[in-house]
Amino acid sequence: MSRAAPGMGAAALRAALALALALALVPALAPARATAAAPRVSLPAMERQLMCVTCKIPLNVAESPQADREKAYVAQLIGEGRSESQIRSALVAQYGAAVLGLPGTHGFDIAAYLVPLAVVLGLLAVMLTLLPRWRRRARSLAAAGVPRPALSPDDAARLDSDLARFD
Amino acid sequence: MRGRIVPILVSLAGACLIGLLIYGVSTQSTSRTLDEDVQRGDFPLAPEAARALPRLSGGGSDSLLAYRGEVVVLNFWASWCEPCQEEAPLLEKAQKLLAQHQGTVLGVAYKDLTSDSLAFMRRFRLTYPNLRDKEGGFASSFGTDQLPESFVINRQGRIVAISRGEIEQRFLNRAITLAEQT
Repeated sequence: MSRAAPGMGAAALRAALALALALALVPALAPARATAAAPRVSLPAMERQLMCVTCKIPLNVAESPQADREKAYVAQLIGEGRSESQIRSALVAQYGAAVLGLPGTHGFDIAAYLVPLAVVLGLLAVMLTLLPRWRRRARSLAAAGVPRPALSPDDAARLDSDLARFD
Repeated sequence: MRGRIVPILVSLAGACLIGLLIYGVSTQSTSRTLDEDVQRGDFPLAPEAARALPRLSGGGSDSLLAYRGEVVVLNFWASWCEPCQEEAPLLEKAQKLLAQHQGTVLGVAYKDLTSDSLAFMRRFRLTYPNLRDKEGGFASSFGTDQLPESFVINRQGRIVAISRGEIEQRFLNRAITLAEQT
């Protein structure tokens, strides 16, 4: 009996340590569970990203039998716990890339990518051409000492009265 | 002259954008060339005949070209389309007659969910072959953007009749007569 007591003490110590370890791990595991459950896809968020493939308008504003079927399918996929990218892939498999509302990458559709790029490049070219010219002109005016136009007496009086209100 | 270059370039860019817009609108609009040809009696070849479409029931793909030599009633449909539901029994009845004379109904499910299309086939006990046009590209070559639409295609692969809307028995009779007499 006398030898059992220390043995039981060691067992109790091990059990206490195991319990302490388990309690310490609970907070560490809890966020993991929360993280796994958190990214549930919402139907309105998905509808905003998708198109009604026959009416060719965003799914969230479309009202047609086709749109209703697409919405029901998305809801079904959400119910199955699919992720956003999985839902997108499933819809593309059913309806093609048009369901994502992105322009195609061939034929006339490519203009949707090229035109904005061309506009930005054109604006940059215009800026690069005009900005140095404007700066040169401003410098030459400053160097020539061209006087700035004076305020008319009426404008000067109005400016004074406006400023006086802030005193 | 140097001062005018920028306004000229901006105007040119604007004109290009407007031109692009007009071109885009004109190419995206539905073509009715087939209807005009058929009305004139020119009987155009069915477009995109070699385009392979997946079989609705699974197991590979098929094309209109595979039916050359048969009279084909090509029918575009979708499970949610009410007129398609109305005409499905008529098409199935026609299939039984066409099959006796080297003819067939060929259904093409247009931008429809596969499971819905299969349920539609089961519901109406359709026995004729059905393909899937998930992106609508094949239908678009026939000028189809509304459902249902049907085309009678002769043994040479030429379109001889078009029905844009729910079919009538008279339209199907034409296909059946064509199958019986050619």
